[in-house]
Amino acid sequence: MAHEHKLEIFRGLWKFKSNTQKIWGVLAFLTFVTAIEVILGIYKPEVLMGNVLGMKILNWIFIILTIVKAYYITWDFMHMRDEVKALRRMVIWTGVFLICYLVFILLQEGGYIEGVYSNGFVKKDF
Amino acid sequence: MNTTVATTGTEGKTWGGGNDPLKASYGKMMMWFFIVSDALTFSGFLAAYGFSRFKFIDSWPIADEVFTHIPFFHGNYPMIYVAFMTFVLIMSSVTMVLAVDAGHHLNKKKVTWYMFLTVIGGIIFVGSQAWEWNTFIKGEYGAIQTNGGNILQFGEYKTVDGEQKFERVAIADFAKVSHSERTQHESKSGLWFVSEGSLPEYSIDEVYKGLVANENILIRNQIINEHGHKTILSREESLKQLKSDGKAVVHGANLKVNEYGSPLFADFFFFITGFHGFHVFSGVVLNIIVFFNVILGTYERRKSYEMVEKVGLYWHFVDLVWVFVFTFFYLV
Repeated sequence: MAHEHKLEIFRGLWKFKSNTQKIWGVLAFLTFVTAIEVILGIYKPEVLMGNVLGMKILNWIFIILTIVKAYYITWDFMHMRDEVKALRRMVIWTGVFLICYLVFILLQEGGYIEGVYSNGFVKKDF
Repeated sequence: MNTTVATTGTEGKTWGGGNDPLKASYGKMMMWFFIVSDALTFSGFLAAYGFSRFKFIDSWPIADEVFTHIPFFHGNYPMIYVAFMTFVLIMSSVTMVLAVDAGHHLNKKKVTWYMFLTVIGGIIFVGSQAWEWNTFIKGEYGAIQTNGGNILQFGEYKTVDGEQKFERVAIADFAKVSHSERTQHESKSGLWFVSEGSLPEYSIDEVYKGLVANENILIRNQIINEHGHKTILSREESLKQLKSDGKAVVHGANLKVNEYGSPLFADFFFFITGFHGFHVFSGVVLNIIVFFNVILGTYERRKSYEMVEKVGLYWHFVDLVWVFVFTFFYLV
């Protein structure tokens, strides 16, 4: 697989001339995304404090940006883009499915216990 | 390469084992499968963190108020240092992938150089992590733990640029130290089989007297109000709560108490960043081994730098995990 890197990112919107250039390009992108996260995290704009699907909009933005970063680290730094489809799906879908399941179960349960606590069955304030 | 499996003589035939549908070598594939299982381990930890956080969603510590320090500088700089750490780790991922790329071109000099930079990046990261732990363990202002296990913190309103702002006050700055008969128990001065940790710097009584004497100091509890800030009590409420509920003075964080809020926050912080830090450490060790192998020309003779690629996969994975730890511990 020595010289068969796929050199375009953003669904072919941006094509690099060499693998090294692509690496620097991805670094610039990841740094940019991290900078946005940090700035949003420090200033916490009031508009993004609304609640969507049980979580603040700001937190949704953070999580989505994190997944975007994870995508580019896996695809370009770990060369997942150059692997065959079967390997890619084996690794990604297994992980994604199990993690979604685990996260759903634990957060659901955590929310339920919070309900039990705050509906007056357990006294914490003493 | 035939170190594990004897040749069967059926290579090249569809069912003969010579057909590799994933177009990846054994070592690389196994590294990927290890990464999948390790990713599940980490997501188990992070999901457990989420579980505990959802349990105490209305009183969880606000990370911006916990991690506010930068080495060699005083003042309040939330996030800046972790952002720096994140950048260092991403940067060392970049040098790693450049090393892999140089390996494909069999460029020994470049691989050596990039591996060296990767190791340096890893060491800076682990060092920063150690510093972060140290600051967190030492704590800053100190707080009171109540009988119910809640945390009460102190502060006062100050006018900064014409705006009323609540600023934290350290217990050491207002507690009235008085003479106390209570000394730390040592095994030589009493029951030899009973031991006791060091006593807290101040007793509840000393803090209470200090609070009475300083009229502008108020207590802030852990409950997050609708503006996303912790609730600040009135003067009377402050005195009453401290008097009736105060149990112990805590300073800093460990596995049992945490001056910033729920002890679970500290537990998960130590566990998850510790486990991640351990991964970084082992990554650095692997990188150093590969680095010396590159210098010795092992891969040069082999005409393949695939080992750099395999260790690189692990190193990028460590970076990948940190991206998530960063989000869930410091941002969300």
